[in-house]
Amino acid sequence: MTLLEVRNLALQLDDKQVLGGVSADFKQGRVYAIVGPNGAGKSTLANVIMGLPGYTEFQGDILYRGESLKGLAVDERARKGLTLAWQEPARFEGLSVHKFVTAGAKTTNGRDLAAAALRQVGLEPARYLNRAVDKTLSGGERKRIELASILAIEPALVLMDEPDSGIDVEALDQMFEAIHRLKEKGSTVILITHSRTVLRQAEHAYLLCDGRVIDEGPVNRIGQYFENRCALCDHTNEPDPQEVI
Amino acid sequence: MSDAELVQRLLESVGIKPSHVLSDDVARLEVHQNHVVGAHLVPGLEVDTTERDDGIEAHLRLTPGARIERPIHLCFGMLPEKGLQRIVLEIDVEEDASAQVLAHCTFPNAVEVEHRMDARIRIAPGATYSYYERHVHGPGGGVEVIPHATVELGEGARFKTVFELIKGRVGEMDIAYDAVCQARSVLEMLARVSASGTDKVRIHEKARLAGESARAALTTNIALRDDARAEVFNTIIADAPRARGHVDCKEIVQDRAVAKAVPIVEVNDPTAHVTHEAAIGSVDSKQLQTLLSRGLTEDEAVDLIIEGMLS
Repeated sequence: MTLLEVRNLALQLDDKQVLGGVSADFKQGRVYAIVGPNGAGKSTLANVIMGLPGYTEFQGDILYRGESLKGLAVDERARKGLTLAWQEPARFEGLSVHKFVTAGAKTTNGRDLAAAALRQVGLEPARYLNRAVDKTLSGGERKRIELASILAIEPALVLMDEPDSGIDVEALDQMFEAIHRLKEKGSTVILITHSRTVLRQAEHAYLLCDGRVIDEGPVNRIGQYFENRCALCDHTNEPDPQEVI
Repeated sequence: MSDAELVQRLLESVGIKPSHVLSDDVARLEVHQNHVVGAHLVPGLEVDTTERDDGIEAHLRLTPGARIERPIHLCFGMLPEKGLQRIVLEIDVEEDASAQVLAHCTFPNAVEVEHRMDARIRIAPGATYSYYERHVHGPGGGVEVIPHATVELGEGARFKTVFELIKGRVGEMDIAYDAVCQARSVLEMLARVSASGTDKVRIHEKARLAGESARAALTTNIALRDDARAEVFNTIIADAPRARGHVDCKEIVQDRAVAKAVPIVEVNDPTAHVTHEAAIGSVDSKQLQTLLSRGLTEDEAVDLIIEGMLS
């Protein structure tokens, strides 16, 4: 069943055409990747789907379970089952990991839920539950805590922007396990990535360039993008070699 | 009402079960308006009190080398709707002594109450003293809170004070702390305040780093709603070699509230270093969007962000 349909989505920001008619389908319980060079529009597409401020005036449509998301605020979309994991998660001075992880969860037993979610991302609850989600945590720790907060709310659709950013190799495996756990529970996961390793976690991929989908298909074939440096079109915005892992 | 009943009512109004503090190994002092209604001392702590027409005078002394293991409980309050409570406090923490004080100030029914504290705190060399002051006010905002203190830190002394007013309406508040820090002493002052309605908050904290390698951090976190107003003037003056200081003020402003922060740093020795940071505005957009994307409403998200900042 198709959970999310992006229909001919176009967006201008500051007179620049950032998305130029993107169409994509995302089925329930599958893992997708959206790949492409810097400036291709990957994160912008995620922001538009989530309805973040500044990304709401678009052409085309986004259908979730067959209904348009147009006009719905971020929290309304979240309560329908969508959520977003940021490339660089926010810091929350003073807010405990326990409260952050369970912020959107519907439960009366938050501490147990938070502990279970932390374990799933490889963090020992006793060490983290009472800490603040602030600058005392590394970027990788905050990334894993953000994923724990997503596991706790059991969303229907998760947009994950650069899920491997700031994550060490060992933690990356736990991150991937968590992504597959989300899939097993029926969530659709959309990975925004520059990384071949992350791309391999997906079952289907879209290749974006200059605000357009220039290819889609099996991960192995789309992975050729990394080998050929986006040789599919004549656009000159080649990926930075530093970002091709 | 008997003294014992007053103690119980005061403690319950701040959410403390009397059984938690009415223990032989916990030192405590409870003052209702101008009357000492409960007191208990432990070895190493001396307390003299004098009742005045408008409040009390109290002298607390920690004897040299005294180590008070469990926090000393102070409770100042008034149950009537109107009145004045003036606390004159002298605190002497003698050499190498150490103690932590949990002070609760409670005015749950206030309509027109003035709570004034004039304190002189002297912390001798090598001593450590922590003072956590938590206010519990009613919803009416009819309280005027005026705590003023001078603090002297001897060589190697440590003083930490936390002022917290996050339950009930502030009313009007005027905090003024003035500290002088001798060599290698460490001063931390933190104020956390949530104001709403027509509350007025004024904070003046000042630290003079007079001794070599003295350190100070002045931190103020305030959340303002409705028509509340806040002014924060925090000052660190570094006069001595290798002194270190930081002034930090964060204020979240909503509705028609107005906030002002004036951090003042003055360095009179080239090897000293003092920094400051002030941030005033609405809640951080990324924090807000993160919580909204978890399904919280905007009000729920803002409340949680403020709760974190004031925690």
